[in-house]
Amino acid sequence: MSAVPEVNVRSGVEERDPATVCQEVPNPSTRMTGAQMVIEALKAEGVEVVFGYPGGAVLPLYDALYDSGLRHILTRHEAGAAHAADGYARATGRVGVCIATSGPGATNLVTGIANAYMDSVPVVAFTGQVALPLLGRDSFQEVDITGITLPITKHNFIVKDLQRLPRTIKEAFYIARTGRPGPVLIDIPKDITQTEGYYRYPKEVSLRGYRPIFEGSIEAVEQAAEEIVRARRPVLFIGGGVTISNTWNSIREIVELTGIPVVSSLMGLGNFPGDDPLFLGMVGMHGTYAANMAVSECDLLLGIGVRFDDRVTGKIDEFAPNAKIIHFDIDPAEIGKNVRVDVPVVGDLRWSLSALLECLKDDDFVACDHRRGRGRLDEWQETVTRWKTERPLTYRQSDPDAECSIKPQYVIEEIYRVTDGNAVVVTDVGQHQMWAAQYYTHKRPRSFITSGGLGTMGYGLPAAIGAQVGRPGEVVFLVSGDGSLLMNCQELVTASEQRLPVKIAVFNNMYLGMVRQWQEFFFGKRYSHSCLNGSADYVKLAEALGCNGLRVTKARDVRAGLERAMSLNGPVVIDFRICPEENVLPMVPAGGSLAKMMGCFPEG
Amino acid sequence: MNSETIHTLAVLVENRPGVLARISGLLSRRAFNIESIAAGPTEEPDVTRITLVVRGNEDTLGQVTSQLGKLVDVIKIADMTSGNCVHRELALIKVAAPEERRRSIIDIVEIFRAKIVDVHKEALVIEMSGEETKIDALLDILKDYGIIELARTGRITLGRGPVPAKAST
Ligand SMILES: Cc1ncc(C[n+]2csc(CCOP(=O)(O)OP(=O)(O)O)c2C)c(N)n1
Ligand SMILES: [Mg+2]
Repeated sequence: MSAVPEVNVRSGVEERDPATVCQEVPNPSTRMTGAQMVIEALKAEGVEVVFGYPGGAVLPLYDALYDSGLRHILTRHEAGAAHAADGYARATGRVGVCIATSGPGATNLVTGIANAYMDSVPVVAFTGQVALPLLGRDSFQEVDITGITLPITKHNFIVKDLQRLPRTIKEAFYIARTGRPGPVLIDIPKDITQTEGYYRYPKEVSLRGYRPIFEGSIEAVEQAAEEIVRARRPVLFIGGGVTISNTWNSIREIVELTGIPVVSSLMGLGNFPGDDPLFLGMVGMHGTYAANMAVSECDLLLGIGVRFDDRVTGKIDEFAPNAKIIHFDIDPAEIGKNVRVDVPVVGDLRWSLSALLECLKDDDFVACDHRRGRGRLDEWQETVTRWKTERPLTYRQSDPDAECSIKPQYVIEEIYRVTDGNAVVVTDVGQHQMWAAQYYTHKRPRSFITSGGLGTMGYGLPAAIGAQVGRPGEVVFLVSGDGSLLMNCQELVTASEQRLPVKIAVFNNMYLGMVRQWQEFFFGKRYSHSCLNGSADYVKLAEALGCNGLRVTKARDVRAGLERAMSLNGPVVIDFRICPEENVLPMVPAGGSLAKMMGCFPEG
Repeated sequence: MNSETIHTLAVLVENRPGVLARISGLLSRRAFNIESIAAGPTEEPDVTRITLVVRGNEDTLGQVTSQLGKLVDVIKIADMTSGNCVHRELALIKVAAPEERRRSIIDIVEIFRAKIVDVHKEALVIEMSGEETKIDALLDILKDYGIIELARTGRITLGRGPVPAKAST
């Protein structure tokens, strides 16, 4: 980068912008400080809650927050604030907001911002910055946070001119939530928040370099419909894009019309009912036999709001080797990024899927097809159903009275039962995350919240807090690990202080289980630094931080423990002593072919 | 279609602080092979034009274009690879020129229609603008005289005819 010539950037360009000039008509009633402008702008955006942590550079902002009427949740670490904003956004579909001070406050947001970026979550992060005269001098708590977050934000801003502040906030929210969503950071020097100016919030955004596409080529949709009619072994592969665009109903309708079996990425779970006979499960490294076989054997793969991550595709050359691939996505940069695509359908899924449905409802199509593909897809549906019934996800039940050998899969199934399948399930990262994906029957959209692209341990607890804040009437169940929980366990205080009734199941295997599993399979069982020795007492930890704590050591007591947890009002941590050396199966070794799974037979 | 070739892109961006960092950061992060990058002001005060020369196949070019297109500060990307464009680069070359060899260097400079912009008893600074191949050819000959220092701007490009890149489709 140092080899790149720096352009001679003229200052003052922004002030000449006609859009700003006409907005800044002085109006004495709207004179206020920059900090107050932030509050007003947040209200104008309909923000109901912000997650944050104060510090020197944001003191003026916090002063304005004090009697603003805006709900602020004090997390106990800025990482918690970023993840909570992310969890809130995923659970509600609204923009999550977090605030941190300059320097270490800002850098503490970084993992959370990267996490939101990888999973396309709309978050607006505000950071304080040292005052303008101190900028660029390695001042106390100065860090170049816009530089640091350049590759992990959809866009970021540093506001050096008070006049631009309202418009910048407007643009940030607009960019965060439109198109392919993502995190946007606004860095505000302290003196900007202290200076007074005239406030006027723009009604519209006009960015000539940012015009998210909605509609694409209708010919591409028609071509997709034709391929669907022709296909004999089609598969619908859904992902997080379906959640983001709220198009789960279209997916159901497409399946009703065509009878195409459905597989899902981790991020797509819940967008199609997990108990539907045509749902084959998750695809990829820890996908089901049926889903992975269906993708390997299909003649048409319809990827919808997916990005063909390596955890999904395994060996690229052997991914869907016999299939034409149709890719529906809003982001043209996703087309052909990882896999070859035969028919790209670029556009908002709200447009492309309804256009596809129109084609499919067309007489010509109906004439050659029947509801749920009856007749035409009979053979294919039989095949996938056979895969599904012959090789389901299974595990061997443990002795109900044996100590510390509860089967984790069983705990997930029991969580499903006590919550009637209606919980908002949030996870951390590791084996427990995969079991939660596999063994909870996900039936509702926006109700499986997990760190997909970044795989961030420590995400779960703050994300669950954000989800609970966003969906106060619902049961939020966090599935965490003994490793992951400790990465942000300070947020137990936040949960108890806010009286958020989050249920927290710690899958305590005394290992960094996923690491141990890889060491078992690929490193000759050399468990290098993956053993946690069980020295942490999660019940005492919960109690020390103001939560309820329960411990369940035998399979026989799992149900009672969960029922007890459900009956408690505040946050509760349940320490489940699970079988330490249980593995997540089936498994496609990294870079292997999806058709070659290990451990998908009930008896090994 | 999938063989590696050289592509030229004209990227019009907002003239804002940090915009070059956004572009160059993205290119290096995504491991695109950049032959040259040249940036400067344009006929519009708030627009900077960046000329990128990228090596890769059609797929790479598609990725570069769509990834750059996602940057909020990028206003327009025009593919300038076709023959209907004027490509130029400027080079400043400091070459060792003791009295006895000066004349022959001056002859070469004249043949290439380059210019001498600084004269010293031990060296000359030559200014040469043209297509890269022409600059390369000059350098190849001057090599034998001893090139002390070299600075090149990287390619800049305009399409022929009246239509500007910002209006191209
Ligand atoms: C922040 C972070 N550090 C390291 C990792 C690598 N990693 C992936 S899973 C895992 C183990 C997780 O352990 P635990 O939370 O106990 O879950 P388990 O696999 O035992 O269910 C580790 C260390 C990660 N994903 N995130
Ligand atoms: Mg563990």
